[in-house]
Amino acid sequence: MIAKLKQGLLYLFALILLLFTAYPFVYMISTALKSQQEFYESPFALFSSFNFENVQTVFEMGLTQYFTNSVFITVTSVLAVMLFASMASYPLSRMKFKLSGLVYILFIAGMMLPIHATLIPIFKLTQSMGLYNNLWALLGPYIAFSLPISVFILTQFMRDIPKSLEEAAELDGASHFSIFWRVILPMVSPALMTVLIYNFIHLWNEFVFALVLISTPEKMTLPLGLQNFKGEFSVNIPGLMTALALASIPVLLVYLFSQEKVTTGLAGGAVKE
Amino acid sequence: METELSPTNSKVVKPKRRPTNKKVKKAMTISLFIAPALFIYSLYVIYPILTTLNYSFFEWNGISDKVFIGLDNYVKMLNDDVFWISLKNNAWVVLASVFIQIPLGLVMALLLFAPIRGIRFFNGIYFIPFLMSTVAVGMLWRLMFDPINGTINQLINLLGLENVAWLSEKNTAIFSVLMVIVWQFSPFYMILFKAGIVGISEEMYEAADIDGANYLQKFAKITLPLLSPTIVTSSILAIVGSLKSFDLFYIMTGGGPNHGTEILGTYMYKQAFINYNMGYGSAIAFVMFVLALVVVIIIQYLDYYRKKKGDLL
Repeated sequence: MIAKLKQGLLYLFALILLLFTAYPFVYMISTALKSQQEFYESPFALFSSFNFENVQTVFEMGLTQYFTNSVFITVTSVLAVMLFASMASYPLSRMKFKLSGLVYILFIAGMMLPIHATLIPIFKLTQSMGLYNNLWALLGPYIAFSLPISVFILTQFMRDIPKSLEEAAELDGASHFSIFWRVILPMVSPALMTVLIYNFIHLWNEFVFALVLISTPEKMTLPLGLQNFKGEFSVNIPGLMTALALASIPVLLVYLFSQEKVTTGLAGGAVKE
Repeated sequence: METELSPTNSKVVKPKRRPTNKKVKKAMTISLFIAPALFIYSLYVIYPILTTLNYSFFEWNGISDKVFIGLDNYVKMLNDDVFWISLKNNAWVVLASVFIQIPLGLVMALLLFAPIRGIRFFNGIYFIPFLMSTVAVGMLWRLMFDPINGTINQLINLLGLENVAWLSEKNTAIFSVLMVIVWQFSPFYMILFKAGIVGISEEMYEAADIDGANYLQKFAKITLPLLSPTIVTSSILAIVGSLKSFDLFYIMTGGGPNHGTEILGTYMYKQAFINYNMGYGSAIAFVMFVLALVVVIIIQYLDYYRKKKGDLL
């Protein structure tokens, strides 16, 4: 009897938390599927209608452009980070040299850094490079601020690779570059996956750099574009909700297909897999 | 070096040459591997921090010539009420994180180990807020906090209470934003605690069962102490995270009403990119950097101290 009561309480608790975490999300989707009139007549009815007209409206108003921009800059940055971070992690984890400790700490310290401390100089630097209001302006900051966590994750993994594999390749006369490509990288592919997911989600959602370095709608990434939508949709709340929901879809899809990877990936540096 | 390479005494030199050559080659290899990352990192992280410090000694609108004013920006900051309000609000973020967010994350994680069905489902849903972009979360909650059309006021009406302008009243604005922060970031701590709990060996609980310990005793004597490293890590991340927070405040309130929800991030942004006080903005930015640095140094020290003294903390 008491055991049953206890279990009932646990379920109740779990459900309250479920309501708390999921309701805003459900509200967003359900509102996105209403027409404006339906929204004003019954704003809180859940899934009272399934109207997909908003999707078209939102895409016509520029969401397509934001999507393309976001996909382009996110994919480019993530690929560059994976390459540069794994290259840097290789000597930092597998070779002994004087400055390795210092260089490592320099990279890792970036995890704790508030972005604001770099914002004005990066803004000026971007201007002087002629990249202001250009998507490429985001590439540098995105790579730089993704490096710390990526180097941290990759060095941890590379340290665990047995020395014998490397030595065998070395005896066969392989260069460091081919050891890196053929031995090390394949061994750390789970870590690379973590790095990919972590950075994809963070950069897809990144806002501050985009806010400071981009100014016109045709160059905006999704988060910045959504913020721009706010003015145009001040009365069309279902339209706005549609935009918000659509912008969240790519990340949710990644999550749906690799739940475990994403959760451990996002806990990133703090949790070893 | 070059003279040693003369062909006449090559027999003597050869064994000497090899190690230096190998050393140079090794240094080259290492540099080539590290160079791309280090170059980008220096250009976009290290150089900007130093430049921020430099700018902070100037009066500058970002366009015309800089005027050196020494420490005036920092003196101005000490006498700037809004700066202190922002700092206080940053402290609120830390407090909300440590005393609400982290415990909630722990509760969520514990629930995922409770003897109930549908754990995977609960786990999956609990995590969603953390995946959404802070911009989307901010805009979504802004609509939910809307004085007229918002869900939250509707709920309150059902309970027979009057509408509240959550985000535009000074007393409620900061707590409304803090609640959203709790909503979005608790799942992150849930994952950290989940990993921590998995690491606790079953045997400890079995031993406690034999001793007849109840659930609460087991929690207080086994789970909590063994999770203390995770709690410390989480608190550190919360402090550093508060210095990084910007998006939610910017989207939900823009720092208003009347600086009621201003935090260092939004205040620095406003000074630099709205009022074009780039010098003063740099000074605030540098203070943010120093605060983060102090936190990191304290952590390192505690870590060192802990390793030296054994357990505790």
